[in-house]
Amino acid sequence: MELENLQREDVLMSTRLAAGGRLLNRGKSVRFEFNGKHLRGFDGDTLASALLANDQMLMGRSFKYHRPRGLVASGAEEPNGLVNLGKGGRFEPNARVTTTELFDGLTATSQNHWPSLDFDVGVVNNYAARFLPAGFYYKTFIQPRAAWKHVFEPFIRQSAGLGKAPKDRDVDTYEHFYAFVDVLIVGGGIAGLQAAKTAGASGAKVLLIEQTGHWGGRAPVDGAVIDGKSADDWINNTLDLLDKMENVQVRSRLMGAGIYDHGYALAHERLTDHAPSDDMPRHRLWRIRAKQIITATGAIERPLSFAGNDIPGVMLASAVRDYVVNYGVSAGDRTVVVTNNDDAYRTAIALKGAGLDVPLILDARASGGGALAEEAAALGIRIANGKAIASVKGGKRVTGVQVCAQAGEGAVLEEIACDAIAMSGGWSPVVHLWSHCGGKLIWDDAHAHFRPDADRAPTGADGEPFVSVTGGADGAMSFSGALANADETARHVSKRIGRKAKKATPPNADDVEMAPLAPVWKMPQGAGIKLRSKMWLDYQNDVKVSDVQLAAQEGFESVEHTKRYTTLGMATDQGKLSNINGLAVLADSLNEEIPQVGTTTFRPPYTPISMGSIAGEATGERFQPLRRTPLHDWHAGNGAYWEPVGHWRRPYCFQRSGESVEDAVQREVKATRDSLGLLDASTLGKIIVKGPDAGKFLDMLYTNMMSTLKPGRCRYGLMCSENGFLMDDGVVARIDEDTWLCHTTTGGADHIHAHMEEWLQTEWWDWQVFTANVTEQYAQIAVVGPNARNLLEKLGGMDVSADALPFMAWADGQIGGFDVRAYRISFSGELSYEIAVPASQGRAFWDALLEAGAEWQVTPYGTEALHIMRAEKGFIMIGDETDGTVIPQDLGLDWALSKKKNDYLGKRAQQRSHMADPDRWKLVGLETLDGSVLPDGAYATADGTNANGQRNTQGRVTSTYHSPTLGRGIAMGLVLNGPDRIGEVIDFPKTDGSIVKAKIVNPVFYDPEGEKQNV
Amino acid sequence: MKRYSAFAIAREAARYHTGWERAWRAPEPQKKYDVIIIGAGGHGLATAYHLGKNHGIKNVAIIEKGWLGGGNTGRNTTIIRSNYLQDPSAAIYEKSRSLYETMSQDLNYNVMFSPRGVMMLAQTQHEIRGYQRTAHANALQGVQTEFIGPQKVKELCPIISIDGPRYPVLGALWQARGGTARHDAVAWGYARACSDMGMDILQRTEVTAIRRDGGKVVGVTTTKGDIDCDKLGIVVAGHSGHLADMAGFRLPIESVPLQALVSEPIKPCMDVVIMANTVHGYMSQSDKGEMVIGGGTDGHNNYTQRGSFHHVEETVRALIETFPMLSRLKMLRQWGGIVDVTGDRSPILSKTPVDGIFINCGWGTGGFKAIPGSGWAMADLMANGRSPLTDAFGLERFREGRFIDESVAAGVAH
Repeated sequence: MELENLQREDVLMSTRLAAGGRLLNRGKSVRFEFNGKHLRGFDGDTLASALLANDQMLMGRSFKYHRPRGLVASGAEEPNGLVNLGKGGRFEPNARVTTTELFDGLTATSQNHWPSLDFDVGVVNNYAARFLPAGFYYKTFIQPRAAWKHVFEPFIRQSAGLGKAPKDRDVDTYEHFYAFVDVLIVGGGIAGLQAAKTAGASGAKVLLIEQTGHWGGRAPVDGAVIDGKSADDWINNTLDLLDKMENVQVRSRLMGAGIYDHGYALAHERLTDHAPSDDMPRHRLWRIRAKQIITATGAIERPLSFAGNDIPGVMLASAVRDYVVNYGVSAGDRTVVVTNNDDAYRTAIALKGAGLDVPLILDARASGGGALAEEAAALGIRIANGKAIASVKGGKRVTGVQVCAQAGEGAVLEEIACDAIAMSGGWSPVVHLWSHCGGKLIWDDAHAHFRPDADRAPTGADGEPFVSVTGGADGAMSFSGALANADETARHVSKRIGRKAKKATPPNADDVEMAPLAPVWKMPQGAGIKLRSKMWLDYQNDVKVSDVQLAAQEGFESVEHTKRYTTLGMATDQGKLSNINGLAVLADSLNEEIPQVGTTTFRPPYTPISMGSIAGEATGERFQPLRRTPLHDWHAGNGAYWEPVGHWRRPYCFQRSGESVEDAVQREVKATRDSLGLLDASTLGKIIVKGPDAGKFLDMLYTNMMSTLKPGRCRYGLMCSENGFLMDDGVVARIDEDTWLCHTTTGGADHIHAHMEEWLQTEWWDWQVFTANVTEQYAQIAVVGPNARNLLEKLGGMDVSADALPFMAWADGQIGGFDVRAYRISFSGELSYEIAVPASQGRAFWDALLEAGAEWQVTPYGTEALHIMRAEKGFIMIGDETDGTVIPQDLGLDWALSKKKNDYLGKRAQQRSHMADPDRWKLVGLETLDGSVLPDGAYATADGTNANGQRNTQGRVTSTYHSPTLGRGIAMGLVLNGPDRIGEVIDFPKTDGSIVKAKIVNPVFYDPEGEKQNV
Repeated sequence: MKRYSAFAIAREAARYHTGWERAWRAPEPQKKYDVIIIGAGGHGLATAYHLGKNHGIKNVAIIEKGWLGGGNTGRNTTIIRSNYLQDPSAAIYEKSRSLYETMSQDLNYNVMFSPRGVMMLAQTQHEIRGYQRTAHANALQGVQTEFIGPQKVKELCPIISIDGPRYPVLGALWQARGGTARHDAVAWGYARACSDMGMDILQRTEVTAIRRDGGKVVGVTTTKGDIDCDKLGIVVAGHSGHLADMAGFRLPIESVPLQALVSEPIKPCMDVVIMANTVHGYMSQSDKGEMVIGGGTDGHNNYTQRGSFHHVEETVRALIETFPMLSRLKMLRQWGGIVDVTGDRSPILSKTPVDGIFINCGWGTGGFKAIPGSGWAMADLMANGRSPLTDAFGLERFREGRFIDESVAAGVAH
């Protein structure tokens, strides 16, 4: 077991070099804070490079064992360097230090430790690591049963997790962008730049995006020379050239996050993360439709698996080089390089060039390296071929390495003191975006990596490929190879969209001769179990070589099983460093080839993106569009107690000062029944159905006959689903010979319109019918109560007498100088008119009604009074008496089912045996014996229990209110054969078990003869 | 089977865990089994397990095209609840929930069932009435639920915003004994127990035909050859239509992708499961610390296991509205699974027109919570020809119009 070395190792330092740092502006110092310490960096630093420059190698603790963790990488693949960033409404957990650009005033704290980063009690897990192998929690914590919830799970939860939960509401804003392009190129390295140049020259509309704030990828760090110029010069020239092309757009800090079907790509832009601001959105989510997509996403270096490869100070060779070249920071003073390929020699050369000590290069290949090895040797660096690391010395920091032969079992040959280790196990193309939408991979033996298989690309609706790959992402491992590949790919893609790229010679780059890589999945090759238990694959989730081997041993042979059993690749880096190494170990354990084992599924996003950006602008009041009736502002100013109904808000009631909601409702009912009430009914759906076949269409849609309705008349109609269930109701008015206006429920307006269109477009496409949802074109006001006619007559203009406008008639005319359509319909049982005026006139008409109605104490009422009055009258409400399981026959609405029609939607369904069963729950009224209000949703019990031990039931409450008119509780309900059982008393248990007794009565409690509404 | 325990771990630690045996065997197929189950997901494995445990039928093969537990069992948001409205639903889901309570002990495999409580928010008057109705129904069904007010909601889940602005929380239906479990572990635990009873789990074996003798099943043809059986259970969720087609009958099923996503892991901040149907999203926090989020299904049928991104947007929006702190977390991963949906959104556990073939499908967006109950009931059905738990879920209900519609209680997703 690796014990922590608790001594402070003062001599070991990472530090800022006196010179160098191509991305730095050394003229501008930047102040920041880490764990309360005030530190300084330079403009151009990442938080990672600035922390390293301040000798802060230790950055966090691992997930499971709470082992000390330092930087491994320099980019999006970093698994360890995660911090709590910012404060208050700008706090963000799990911010990756390698992709966090430094700014003045940045504050960060390290994560997943208690009480401190240096001394973490959780490291006790590390001492017990031997007892906590992969999947240990499936095998223990089983007994006693209650202990999981009360003891084990709380402990595991507290010890897991990484950053803290944000507490405050986000103060930043986010937005969505849309882009439509011919070619989207993801990745601004030299391949992406070249591809943009070639595709741009074809005239295609090109969008080139790059996740970091700088261009060119690895080429400038690796000292590429392109067309005789330095890489930086070539990159700047190319950017200038692209800038001049009007058809090409280039954007940095914009990461390709995901690729979806039909050329849909998602990209995430970080606008102010590097310079927080109140003036701009923080992030922008780009939704891009591209005819063709090129992924030029480069490659990521792989770690090597040797014992102690997780100790802070062990880093990717490319990262060590990045910190020196890009940021002028050394990871350590003495760096041992360990590799299985030539590329890592560049790191040794760069370190030497910066005046740093490289005591040894361990090359696992017995035959050693090529030209770069010679160059390193010429600089005086000692190179040991066929050698490996047996074990790393150190606790919170590397102090040395034990050297062994790669071919053996790890016998230590010598020990070298060092404070950093630069490792390289080869390079894996970034194939994530390629894979998101079904692109397949092939195994490349020479480079020991998976790369995209061009013959099995993601395909669009036409069956043709819409994603291509280029550069390092395609396995092109040289500068000239990447440039040529990019040019060819862009040319090919241009052709696919019908454009021709002019023939031009791709840029030429100087490449060194590379010796072949040798795959190394374990170091040393014959490492025993003790060493394998210290070889980390997934640094964040603490998955070791021994864990993957254990998974295979226990039968978790599918790569998906291994992943899920060990949590390999499930950390915040999603296995960017660990997956290939892990599945190589798995393949070895199973005696299979790597390609047979395959990879786990790549899923969006490429790196985690903010939830805020996914929501975009739609938060708070803008979460969903708020629909307002023309009277909305009046309601808001007059005590409306709102109720959300779909996207509308309707007044539930209008509260007067000091009045409770319940009292307001009762007052509104009484005032309406006694004199005069007004209801804003504008939200009711209004759909025009017009055309030569409109009557035929409505006869199919409604259970009633609508084609025989006379112009000028209204009819209450029912609509059923194909399955026969009642789905909506409302009054239909025939406007003229081929025009009907269908009222729907408020909640039903949109989906009933869609329902109509679906039938017209998919089944009856040859019928000549047009529909239009005109709900918002009208303000509609119900004028209700004994004085309703008096009020309208006072305003004057049209004859609203019983003779001129009888019940269930409508007429156009003028009232009080307003153009109106007056419907003589009632949902309250009172004398009632619903008056529609153009939406723009709604408020003025409402004001006129209020003014003229003052002498009758006109009272606006809300939805609850509406509900009570309709219940007193025994009218059903869609959504209360119906719930998707109720047919019109259950509600005593047989009269609305036309017997004259051959068919209507739902007719056939209603003939099925269960629907036609005479013994069904049917609508009745319910009166409690004590006058109390029945509980909402209560069930009536019957004797005994069913086969599953559930209490038998015989009915339920569907609507229940206190009726101010009757001064007692009234309810509607569905009861087994209810209408045949009037007068019977049945039991309704409350949830506390107490029983309410209620008598079955006729559902019409108020004015059963209709004398009030028909006057 | 060597039992798992803390002692066993200590013993194995001494030899660096080199002594652990396979969790399940990797056998070659026999010529014939008494029962073949197609589909080694949670429901298929649970069916096999209960055939053995409850009915002594152990000469069983479970045939799996890919890897066991690799379909919706390994893709869901792990919510377990039984607060359903209709009697047949409440019966089978409550049976299931109660089996989850003791599953770790029954299987000697820690499936991490965590009865942390599930609440379904009421954000409209209509939802209040709907959930009050469910609470009344549950009381008579023996399912413990209660309707709680907004302050209690806030107490149980401090990160929630109950004040809107668009949809203030008006209350919730609370099932304290609902919760979550580790989804993969459920499949693995059953697989280990089935294998231990002598059943053969045949992974990477695809059924290519179902063989009949007249109206009766005699076996299947697979990529590993013909295998005979007396009884056949089809338990394949999203691909039920294909298998029914092989057997020669049709199903009232549509297959659509359902999506889910997780955030990066953070320290514990949410101890309950919350479903918000008005705004349309649901969320819980895994033991690992990720916020686990479920959303909607695609509007068009397909088998992509991906789904359309705009559903993710709608879901995340809804949840930021409900949990404002979510805005500053990051989405780590999104994925999809193919769910099989019936006309009434309730499952099918049924005999079929082919003698000896039984089908278990149609769990739609809510199958994980049903796994043990479904397996229990399906085993009963296959062994005895009927089961009180499956009586209402037969295929004939679509012909009779005897639907089991949960839309009132379940809203859109469950």
